[in-house]
Amino acid sequence: MGLEPDAKVEEAGGEHPPALRATPFEGGLVGALRAIPFAGGYFRIAGASERGARLFFAACASTSMLIVLLIFLFLFKEAVPFVSKPGLSDLAGTRWVPVSFQHELFGILPLVLGSLLVTLLASVLAIPFGVGAAIYIAELARPAEREFLKPCIEMLAAIPSVVLGFFGLVVLAPLVKAVFHLSTGLTALSGAILLALMAAPTIISIAEDAIRSVPRSYREASLAMGATHMQTVWKVTTPAALSGIVAAVMLGMGRVVGETMAVLMVTGNAAMMTLSPFDSVRTMTATIAAEMGEVTFGSTHYQALFWVGITLLFATFILNMVAQRVLRKYQRS
Amino acid sequence: MNILCVLRTTVFSVVLSVALLSGCGSSANAPKTTTAIAIKGSDTMVHIDTAWSEAYMLSHPDVDISVTGGGSGTGISALLGKSTDICASSRDMSAEEKKKAADQGITLQETIVARDGIALVVHPSNPISELDMEQVQKIFTGAITQWEQVNGPAKPIVTLSRETSSGTYVFFQEHVLKKQDFAASVRLMPATATIIQSVSEDETAIGYVGLGYAIEAGAKVKLLSIKKDGASPPVSPSEDTVRTGSYSIARPLYFYTGATNNAPIAAFLAFCTGPDGQKIVKEAGYVPVN
Repeated sequence: MGLEPDAKVEEAGGEHPPALRATPFEGGLVGALRAIPFAGGYFRIAGASERGARLFFAACASTSMLIVLLIFLFLFKEAVPFVSKPGLSDLAGTRWVPVSFQHELFGILPLVLGSLLVTLLASVLAIPFGVGAAIYIAELARPAEREFLKPCIEMLAAIPSVVLGFFGLVVLAPLVKAVFHLSTGLTALSGAILLALMAAPTIISIAEDAIRSVPRSYREASLAMGATHMQTVWKVTTPAALSGIVAAVMLGMGRVVGETMAVLMVTGNAAMMTLSPFDSVRTMTATIAAEMGEVTFGSTHYQALFWVGITLLFATFILNMVAQRVLRKYQRS
Repeated sequence: MNILCVLRTTVFSVVLSVALLSGCGSSANAPKTTTAIAIKGSDTMVHIDTAWSEAYMLSHPDVDISVTGGGSGTGISALLGKSTDICASSRDMSAEEKKKAADQGITLQETIVARDGIALVVHPSNPISELDMEQVQKIFTGAITQWEQVNGPAKPIVTLSRETSSGTYVFFQEHVLKKQDFAASVRLMPATATIIQSVSEDETAIGYVGLGYAIEAGAKVKLLSIKKDGASPPVSPSEDTVRTGSYSIARPLYFYTGATNNAPIAAFLAFCTGPDGQKIVKEAGYVPVN
């Protein structure tokens, strides 16, 4: 019974365009379909619908792959003329002055530094807060508390970033200004606090799931050995859930790096080379959002913005790769 | 492509032949034809061009006006290349451009259709109430960083600007900064409203916004008087001072046309500078001519 549907699956695969066959997603999908014995039995009876369903799922899985590829191609296509005319070395400059009567400068270093600073600050704020909240909700909170806390956190995730940005501009920036005795609250720190607020719900809910999915036997064994509840949480449950927590943090950071509107509203957007949380920074996302709308099609400025986009894409790409590595490492141990 | 450039108005009207253009009496027997007028030029003016066109086409269904941005320079070259009927420009034509027009046999007609002023705003508690043009330039290029340097309190200056995509940004850079670059520490705000909001919160901030917005903000911010140079008297920004030209950070907005004997274009120009057209100017946040 297991063999025949498999043969049909191979057959159906032969009808695919080669481009679709080559995608790595497909193997996973086929594997998944094979792993369901009932599915195999059902599709054997209805061979045509099996093929149709398989095609449909393969198309779904391949589409995202294709779109990513096309986005890459498009970005490079628009950005490539920059290489020959001003030259790529211009991107390594420390000044971003895209509109000037003197000399236009397209150094993306202050933008990269800005994104880096805001992301790091947001991580420092969001990780302890998020993981702490997750541990509390998963391990310490009473059921009634959990029922109340979880929807509240999900609500935080549902706030549109523009609304959060406006809140940041009107409430948070003056607060940051007053607390740190600054001349203005439009700083990297204000942006980071907003981003931490946005990343926290992601971190909390995924980390909480991870902690809750640690087998009961781990806790029971620890408690039976004479450990206190706190010791169990700290030494057994949390380390056991570490891979899930790391994934939660990485996903939260992914949201931070790509966020645009909130940082555009509160960081002041001055393209400075700075590592101080109390200075204004201009992030890569804010630069693209603010300038792409009015830039002349095909101009050097336009191409430079595409290079900013490519840099951003690579940054998130690397972040994902590292996350995968870390995940795999913890899963093995 | 410039987003404003894409923004064009083309409303094809159902010819009801109710009324013809005023002053177009000779074609009274042929009401079915539509007259096309093309406006091209300044991005600053696209918004107001569009408002005029829409209002005009409502009352004149036989006229079809298209508006394209691209910048004043683009508009002027289009007029010289005879690919537009009206050039909208936020600066006057250079002598060189005027000579080029004469060479091509184009009789230029220059009409000031509106005025545009930019106000410098600070926190209401700021003791400074006037600056001269050179001080403003130095503040935004980073040569002056402390309020002390302009006889204010011993506090650092927080400078706020619009984003680089703004027409106001370019005007400010050209006319106030004398084409110098903004300092890297100048904070670029995504909208005029966010500049007003930040200035109303930060005691040490200074920003610039269109006059209409500044007046609308009321007591939330303080408008600075501007001196043309150190020896001149301070002039506060208002509709009157912008109109008379005594306020320094202001500019007229022009319509340039080639053919002066074209009746539909002349009628449209008359509408823009007339009471209805000037009411639209005011609604759009600019200063009327008269």
